[in-house]
Amino acid sequence: MRPLTDEETRTMFEKLSKYIGENIKLLVDRPDGTYCFRLHNDRVYYVSEKILKLATNIAREKLVSLGTCFGKFTKTQKFRLHITALDYLAPYAKYKVWVKPGAEQSFLYGNHVLKSGLGRITENTAQYQGVIVYSMADVPLGFGVAAKSTQECRRLDPMTIVVFHQADVGEYIRHEDTLT
Amino acid sequence: MAALMIEHVLAQAEKDEAEKLKLISVDKELELQFDLGNLLAIDPNPADVKAFRQQNREVFLRSLARDNTQLLINQLWTLPTQRVEEAVVATLPDPSTRLPREKPIPKPRAPTRWEEFAKLKGIKKKKKTNLVWDEVSKEWRRRWGYKRANDNTKDWLIEVPATADPNEDQFSKRVKAKKERVAKNELNRLRNLARADKGKIPGVGLTPTEQPSRDDLGKAMHVAKRSTASAGRFQDKLPKEKEPKNMGKKRKFQPLLGDFGAEKNKQLEILKVMDSKKPKLDVNKAVNRQMREEDAEASAKRKKPFKKGGRGKQGGKKGKGRGPVRGGKGQGGKRRK
Repeated sequence: MRPLTDEETRTMFEKLSKYIGENIKLLVDRPDGTYCFRLHNDRVYYVSEKILKLATNIAREKLVSLGTCFGKFTKTQKFRLHITALDYLAPYAKYKVWVKPGAEQSFLYGNHVLKSGLGRITENTAQYQGVIVYSMADVPLGFGVAAKSTQECRRLDPMTIVVFHQADVGEYIRHEDTLT
Repeated sequence: MAALMIEHVLAQAEKDEAEKLKLISVDKELELQFDLGNLLAIDPNPADVKAFRQQNREVFLRSLARDNTQLLINQLWTLPTQRVEEAVVATLPDPSTRLPREKPIPKPRAPTRWEEFAKLKGIKKKKKTNLVWDEVSKEWRRRWGYKRANDNTKDWLIEVPATADPNEDQFSKRVKAKKERVAKNELNRLRNLARADKGKIPGVGLTPTEQPSRDDLGKAMHVAKRSTASAGRFQDKLPKEKEPKNMGKKRKFQPLLGDFGAEKNKQLEILKVMDSKKPKLDVNKAVNRQMREEDAEASAKRKKPFKKGGRGKQGGKKGKGRGPVRGGKGQGGKRRK
């Protein structure tokens, strides 16, 4: 376990800013306590200072997880968000997509969101913008990347992909053994 | 008178003799145990506590020590002696008492790098015979060293390999190769010594290679540049020179539980820099906005006549202004109503 280097922090923030923009500041600078990012087993964990101090008592190879896993660094030093980060990203999301009840299940099984399943989308969403996917009842389901801008979405045939799937809460069951 | 004198002298001599005998003979209740090899005598007799208390202690102990030493010396005289240059020398038997050693046991020699590797790989030393049959001289000769069998330094002819340069001197090449091997071996020996001493091992630097690769050349240049009195600080750089990789800087991480405030400020600083680097005019966004406005305008235009037609009875005006297509649409609207 160690703090992130500047380079790693930058890569991670760049990825996070695709979803929550400048709201990262609210994650870094919290009024309710000190929270920080720590790297362990190539995974980035968002931990409160208190839990971090407790976790230092555990040997490195015995420590499975601490705090909330935000994602992991690949071997090429890219950052991949994990679904566990959703709880922290959803409240600050800048661009949202709502999925119709019929398409919810398809998305939760790891499929892309098609135009037919698209309920609502935030105005002004650009192409390839990171978006948080919600159900029509405003329950965050996962995140993805907008395949088309809001404008283009209007004149699409129903079977085209609107949002590329990245992560969904179905992974809690599908990837139960690897999620930390 | 004379007889009396003689008697007296004799008596005196006898007395002296007895005195002397008394000096060298000591009576003990229990025999002493001797270890002559170590010049050691052990007195098992209990010490006379009464005498020790009554007498002067120093005198008592000294006389006891003297007596026991006397016994030891007496024992020594029983050993076979010989005269070496005016001195009588006794040969001592082997010591029977084992004494603990004075110095700690020397540590085993640290294994060399090869020995470590061999152990890891399970390579065992194979004993070779010392003598080898030499076909040329028809006799058994040593495998190594002076007058060795199959001595290739004594070759009077060396075949030039097909791939070699024909003008090259194969003899001098062989000698040179041998010298280099010896030098390399010596270097490795010294490195092993340094390693065993846990000392800092000097880098090998650059070993000469037949055909240096690009990396080797770069390394050589780097080493040469830094081999000045000022460690290359004032050395000029070539126009497109690159620093060699994996040299110097090692990555270092911040402490796990360091200054949380400073960490936060650093991250905020990074965010600030990231924010300032964003393009002020987001082309995509601007185009999108433009498209949306156009769309909104167009739809407003489309809706306008429909609404007006529905609201008031100004159909005549509409029909005048617009083409027949629009009118048709307007009609459709009416029909629906």
